[in-house]
Amino acid sequence: MTRIEEFVKEQAEKHGRDRNSLMPILQAVVQSERFLSEEAMVAVATELDLSTADVFGTATFYTFMDTFPRGKNIIRICKTITCHMKGKDAIVDTLEDMLKIKLGQTTTDGKFSLLQANCLGWCHKGPVMLINDEVYPEITPEKAVEVVSKYLKKG
Amino acid sequence: MSKYKVNLKINNIPVSVDEGTSILEAARTLNFTIPTLCHHDDLCVAGNCRVCVVEQKGNRVLPAACATPVSEGMEIMTNSLKVRQARKHVVELLLSEHNADCTKCFKNGSCELQDMSNDYRIGDHVFLDLVKDRERVKDISSPSIEKDDSKCIRCQRCVRTCADLQAVSALAVTHKGNEMKISTFLDKPMNDVVCTNCGQCINRCPTAALTERNYIDEVFDAIYDPKKFVVVQTAPATRVAIGEEFGMKPGTRVTGKMVTALRRLGFDKVLDTDFTADLTIMEEGTELLTRLKEALVEGKEVALPMLTSCSPGWIKFQEHLYPEFLDNLSTCKSPQQMFGPLAKTYYAEKVNKNPADMVVVSIMPCTAKKFEAERPEMRGSGYKDVDYVLTTRELGMMIHQAGIDFQKLEDERYDNILGESTGAAVIFGTTGGVMEAALRTAYEIVTGKEVPFTNLNIKPVRGMEGIKEASVKIKDVKPEWSFLEGVELNVAIAHGLANAKVVMDKIKDGSANYHFVEVMGCPSGCIGGGGQPMPTNMEIRKQRAAGIYEEDEGLTIRKSHENPEVQEIYQSFLHEPLGHRSHDLLHTHYVPRKRH
Ligand code: SF4
Ligand code: SF4
Ligand code: SF4
Ligand code: FES
Repeated sequence: MTRIEEFVKEQAEKHGRDRNSLMPILQAVVQSERFLSEEAMVAVATELDLSTADVFGTATFYTFMDTFPRGKNIIRICKTITCHMKGKDAIVDTLEDMLKIKLGQTTTDGKFSLLQANCLGWCHKGPVMLINDEVYPEITPEKAVEVVSKYLKKG
Repeated sequence: MSKYKVNLKINNIPVSVDEGTSILEAARTLNFTIPTLCHHDDLCVAGNCRVCVVEQKGNRVLPAACATPVSEGMEIMTNSLKVRQARKHVVELLLSEHNADCTKCFKNGSCELQDMSNDYRIGDHVFLDLVKDRERVKDISSPSIEKDDSKCIRCQRCVRTCADLQAVSALAVTHKGNEMKISTFLDKPMNDVVCTNCGQCINRCPTAALTERNYIDEVFDAIYDPKKFVVVQTAPATRVAIGEEFGMKPGTRVTGKMVTALRRLGFDKVLDTDFTADLTIMEEGTELLTRLKEALVEGKEVALPMLTSCSPGWIKFQEHLYPEFLDNLSTCKSPQQMFGPLAKTYYAEKVNKNPADMVVVSIMPCTAKKFEAERPEMRGSGYKDVDYVLTTRELGMMIHQAGIDFQKLEDERYDNILGESTGAAVIFGTTGGVMEAALRTAYEIVTGKEVPFTNLNIKPVRGMEGIKEASVKIKDVKPEWSFLEGVELNVAIAHGLANAKVVMDKIKDGSANYHFVEVMGCPSGCIGGGGQPMPTNMEIRKQRAAGIYEEDEGLTIRKSHENPEVQEIYQSFLHEPLGHRSHDLLHTHYVPRKRH
């Protein structure tokens, strides 16, 4: 058994093996591995006797369940209507310029991925940016650069 | 069904139906057709396409007829102004995201979406054209199935088919919002996933998003190549279904017309897979008896129950999902793949042809047979044993293209040799048929007497229940089979891979004690195959099955071992079942595949 298979098995023991356990198990894998690798999805499907396509289908429904590796820091900009109207496009443009990547891409040094997210629940303080688990409400292009620079220094 | 009746009015006509009936079904009883796309009689309710909306008095929203059960006093209008408007919009919206190049489309003329836009005369572009997959290349990685996302309306019939009927779930709904699509694990190509090539999703896809790979042009090329000697074989289930392509009733027996049509298309010889179905019985029956003998007399570790191996979708299912049971599969090739190598050896010699110049074409109710013919094991003759596999539908298209008026054709007979068959072979076409044919022969080999069922009809193995079980007590055996005296032979029959999975899980956990299990990958067996005419539903499949049993009863010889051509081939060529030549030409092995 590989390390991932072992981990998935533990999770299945903990959460159970019926279909309802799919989400908590996937979440646990993402928490620990940061994304769902092919190997991890196969392991989950095998443990729960589901098809891999089913597991993949579930994972791709959720923005926060990546099915391929991302950068060390994941920047997400809310794309829903309120943040859109409050100027999220300017934030995206600025960060694309700063990091020299397009939306959806990861910097070559693997430090940052720039993504959009569905509503983050901060409509009253949009536009909102999320870096890893940290929320940055009412963000401006200037502030965005400042915050990202800090992460850049941290490495 | 519940015994409570519910009274309602549909288009002002009172009707009383069982509680739990949907508005759609209730309307059908009054001969009102409500259009549907995501709904399919074989599948669970989805309620996602909304073309079936109707107006309900007192209800502000339009309920979906397929997903709404009737209630007492309901008043439904199926064609009010509001309904017509809404329905038209739904179709227009679907088309706004649909790559509607009908004139160049494989489904042109046989497409549910096209029919619907036809019915409603959708003329103008009311909504913005949002087709985004137009440029996307089709997935033609599989030798059986083509997948074209630009034609998909996301009705999810395929997803439900693959999950609920086939327990495979090679296809799933993936991604979200405007990115949502029907895809495979990690968007891999169809030939790289668990797909069994059964084609059941094709049978239910209302558009051209899922179709069979077609080889019509290749076959016409071979026919018109003067250097090629082109022989064709026809599977049992085709003869009760091909008529549907020409407006005939499902189950109409058109064997003779089909033979005539094939001859007029220009095939050099018209032969019958039924012949090798009889041969399969000889080989598989002997294999079963040998396994039983090894287990019961010699006390050897033998893989039992023995599982039938004629259904290539089922074979691939086993290879992916139950690789630990590959030894249980009979080593017999399917009748199609027994035919190929015999055509290019035994038959080639008889008709004095160089097998290198021969082209073997099969007409099959099946899309998985296309994949099977490509398997590297299927070169027993030293050549590709079966060159092209066409579905029943593709043959229908060829006949249409050639301008042959099928309904008016006279009946002709198969050429011989490799054209003679029995009733036992014909019933291979429906669930339970292989079992019945095997029992007719095996019982007689062992006891010297006919199976103890009236008129050879082994009723307990017939019918459409998903899983059938039966026991046959073996009595008064011949001396050489004394070890079988008094043995209760336990058999099971499953059709549709979801049922097969239930049986396999019982075998796996030891709760079943079968000796022999027949599995057909498709619901109802080959008559419901993924290459059969569309539409499909239980009623249609029952009518085809009835046609199969009529054909059986109409034949004078109804036991495989009595087929004179089979007797002849054992005498002059194969010598004995499971013999040396059989081993080389008629038997195969299986390969474990990954689970995903
Ligand atoms: S799938 Fe149907 S509607 Fe779409 S292009 Fe083909 S025939 Fe036309
Ligand atoms: S592939 Fe066909 S059956 Fe499947 S969702 Fe698309 S249109 Fe429906
Ligand atoms: S061919 Fe059969 S196994 Fe493959 S996707 Fe379609 S229904 Fe599923
Ligand atoms: S047929 Fe009723 S919602 Fe699709």
